[in-house]
Amino acid sequence: MSVTTAPAWQRVQHQPNWLVRLFDWKPFLVLVCMLPAIGLLTVFLTYPLGLGIWLAFTDSTIGRSGVWVGLENFEYLMEDPLFWSAVFYSVFYTGTATVLKFGLGLWLALLLNNHLPFKSLLRAIILLPWIVPTVLSAIAFWWLYDPQFSILSYVAVDVLHLRDRYFDFLGSAWPARWSLIAANVWRGIPFVAISLLAGLQTISPSLYEAALLDGSSAWQRFRFITFPMLLPILAIVMTFSIIFTFTDFQLVYAITRGGPVNSTHLMATLAFQRGIPGGQLSEGAAIAVSMIPFLVFATLFSYFALARRKWQQGEAND
Amino acid sequence: MSDATVEEARQSATAAPERLAWDSRARRMVVLYLPLACFVIILLFPFYWMAVTAFKPNAELYDYRTYNPFLIHSPTLDHIYKLLFETAYPRWLFTTMTVAVCSTFLSLLSSTLAAYAIQRLRFRGSQYVGLAIYLAYLVPPSILFIPLATMVFQLGLFDSPLALILTYPTFLVPFCTWLLIGYFKSIPYELEECALIDGATRIQILTQITLPLAVPGLISAGIFSFTLSWNEFIYALAFIQSSESKTVPVAILTELVSGDVYQWGALMAGSLLGSLPVAIFYSFFVDYYVSSMTGAVKE
Repeated sequence: MSVTTAPAWQRVQHQPNWLVRLFDWKPFLVLVCMLPAIGLLTVFLTYPLGLGIWLAFTDSTIGRSGVWVGLENFEYLMEDPLFWSAVFYSVFYTGTATVLKFGLGLWLALLLNNHLPFKSLLRAIILLPWIVPTVLSAIAFWWLYDPQFSILSYVAVDVLHLRDRYFDFLGSAWPARWSLIAANVWRGIPFVAISLLAGLQTISPSLYEAALLDGSSAWQRFRFITFPMLLPILAIVMTFSIIFTFTDFQLVYAITRGGPVNSTHLMATLAFQRGIPGGQLSEGAAIAVSMIPFLVFATLFSYFALARRKWQQGEAND
Repeated sequence: MSDATVEEARQSATAAPERLAWDSRARRMVVLYLPLACFVIILLFPFYWMAVTAFKPNAELYDYRTYNPFLIHSPTLDHIYKLLFETAYPRWLFTTMTVAVCSTFLSLLSSTLAAYAIQRLRFRGSQYVGLAIYLAYLVPPSILFIPLATMVFQLGLFDSPLALILTYPTFLVPFCTWLLIGYFKSIPYELEECALIDGATRIQILTQITLPLAVPGLISAGIFSFTLSWNEFIYALAFIQSSESKTVPVAILTELVSGDVYQWGALMAGSLLGSLPVAIFYSFFVDYYVSSMTGAVKE
């Protein structure tokens, strides 16, 4: 029966028009799909990156496109103590803040990895400092660091009687530097903790069971199971953290604007100060370009740290 | 493992009481709840202080001795009233909202298409394009703002929100693409193969099969983009000059901070109001947010 009906069945597929066929042609479709993203990134990311490097070798100011002056900007910066102080503080700020962020963040992640009531609410609360606009929380820190009305000073002096003078958080160089680092650590802990928590949850519990049967101590379980298994994620999160701490701008600009006496300038804030309000575009660009080697170093660090994945998965012999 | 000998050596030393002690309540209190409470208090205290300051009258604000600074004796809406009706705050909020929504839409559109092409169409060299987009995320705005400022000036976009709408995708697109590639990867390819065999065109597959399945991924990419563009500061500071087209973070810092006496009440009220939209937005989608953030890290 089916044999007789089969020829009678007509294929009613109508031929799609040329536009539909064009969009079904893979090379064209790939082109159309990639065009917006690649276009945006080329025009507003790759080109400015090149332009920035070019600007660093010219003497342009706002409103005047400069001419090529070679390494003059960099030679000038080499002799500028303010530049070196910014480089020093950028490195110090990044190093200290990263160590503190990861130490405390790992601790918080380990705490959160326990069986807790209201776990998801707790995670939501902990992420808040990361969600809220940095500048706005920086203003809150500015208020906390107020020389006269700081609540921290009030608690330390008038409630706990720990000291007899109010803290001078932002008035002199080193206290201001540490205060900024504290604000940065406060903001960075949630991201580190939540990312590492995700890493912790991927570690198979059977490893811990096996270690417990072998009679390991809590420290040994951390040192020989948790830490090595966490290393790949730790490397990625750390790269991001280092890059975005090193190029930080908002916190410093909002709280101290580089003061007191330019002691808390990061390279980014110095570049902004010279480039936009100061009008010396080329000098600002030169400072910004000087950040690139540090960033490349951080990225390579991540790449090689990631390469350690191999032995962790047992692909190479240990 | 090379440390097997160490563990063997310790094996005899491990005592059973230790394991029992681990579960004891007091110990759990000290090693778990106490530090956790400290963390939560420290992480939340600035927000608490922000809120308390925003609703305190000025007399209480600067007098810690008569009033307990941690409580509000006579709450007032003065600061918020002043902010909403005597400054251009609503205007700033509106500008920020417009910029955030437009740039989120723009970057979602382009990154969805790009992620689909990279993950599903699999043209030659798609991995390298994916890698390049990932690397683009590692280029921080602090390096780009000076050349971008000159470009914005030459394009005649200086002082216009359009400049921000066009430049924010530079950090949104890489992140969203990366997130969505991961998400598309989790959708079974067989579904698309079935549709191809049934004679669907690629566009039909994208709009009727892949996108509906990718909605959670799109939502989290959208939340990320929205919060990131709401929080953006350096471009908005460099490209916008006139008071009325500033975004909230920039305007609070440059317009409300005037003279030597800071209006802390108004500043804190402004910060609180500026944080609320993001916080509310985020609280609705917090699970998407956490899972995609951790998922993106795991990739």
